[in-house]
Amino acid sequence: MTGGSTTGDDGAKAPSSGPQEPREAWPLWEVFVRSSRGLSHVHAGSLHAPDAQMAVRNARDLYTRRNEGVSLWVVPATSIVTSDPDAKDQFFESPQGKDYRHATYYTKSEGVKHL
Amino acid sequence: MSEANASATRITPGNALRPEDIALLETKPADAVAQYALWLGDDALILAQRLGWWISRAPELEEDVALGNIALDQIGHARSFLTYAGRAWDKTEDDLAYFRREPEFRSVHLVEQPNGDFARTIARQFVVALYQWELYSRLVDSSDPTLAAIAAKAVKEVDYHRDHSIQWTLRLAQGTDESRRRMIAGLKLTWPYVEELFTDHPLVNELGDIAVRPSSLRSSFDEAVKLVLDEADLELPDVPGAIGGGRQGLHSEHLGYILAELQVLAREYPGASW
Repeated sequence: MTGGSTTGDDGAKAPSSGPQEPREAWPLWEVFVRSSRGLSHVHAGSLHAPDAQMAVRNARDLYTRRNEGVSLWVVPATSIVTSDPDAKDQFFESPQGKDYRHATYYTKSEGVKHL
Repeated sequence: MSEANASATRITPGNALRPEDIALLETKPADAVAQYALWLGDDALILAQRLGWWISRAPELEEDVALGNIALDQIGHARSFLTYAGRAWDKTEDDLAYFRREPEFRSVHLVEQPNGDFARTIARQFVVALYQWELYSRLVDSSDPTLAAIAAKAVKEVDYHRDHSIQWTLRLAQGTDESRRRMIAGLKLTWPYVEELFTDHPLVNELGDIAVRPSSLRSSFDEAVKLVLDEADLELPDVPGAIGGGRQGLHSEHLGYILAELQVLAREYPGASW
């Protein structure tokens, strides 16, 4: 890849300095939007931005232009530790047949309120 | 001017103002007020047309959206100013945007300037946004309630345009050698058109406290520019001012091409809608 053709450059041509490195993509950020006071931030999507400050601004442009939010969080996607999609079976095994995991399984002792 | 003062009973600062509300005003602005609204409306319209070019062409999708949003904000301002101006001559915003000829446009030369590369567009945005912010911050105190209300809505949006252009000016200036070189080149190409923004015009004398005197904005603009350029470690470009004349309808060769693209559909198919 040579030249800066992705910039729509029609004036300031770069002095030719040989082939250029392919442009690195901007890092990925995950965006969380709080839709109103009292609610939690909810994951809205992701975006690319060169740094944290620009990520908040891009998030504002992409996710809050139509009154969707009163607060924004952006988190570098690399900082989020996720569960392993391949370990789904072990990780999220169905609780079927394990009624003891629900409090309703136990008989409430006499005289216990508010359980 | 009392005629202009009496207008806009339904328009009060702080209300979200829509062009549709302005079109319903019962009183008409005086001719001089309408001329002034045309200045500001044409600046916003031509800038929006320029910025729209970037959609699908910016360095990243996110910047397509950012520049597209800024263009849409500017179209919103243009619609309000042109609707208000048109009230004086029984014309709609579309009549004024699509069916005026080049010498009838009152935009400054700065907004006609080519997009160039991303840095040149950012340099133009930097100047326009800082100027418009100073202007609208003062126009909210206009004795014309409609102009004041349009400015009150616009100033919040322009505040974001200012932030966007400053963030990018800092990043391009302090990024790579290549981005810095382009930012310096962009500022140098843009700076000749700064002077026209602050040039007074007989129309402003007629308008008294309805309009903002362009020359009165210069010192705060210069201070704001200096703050950013200092932080970016950039020099103020040392270039002579261009001739200007946009407020009299004298334009550079660029405007004709912009209008051809802007107006072709409305002229080819009058009354077209979708």
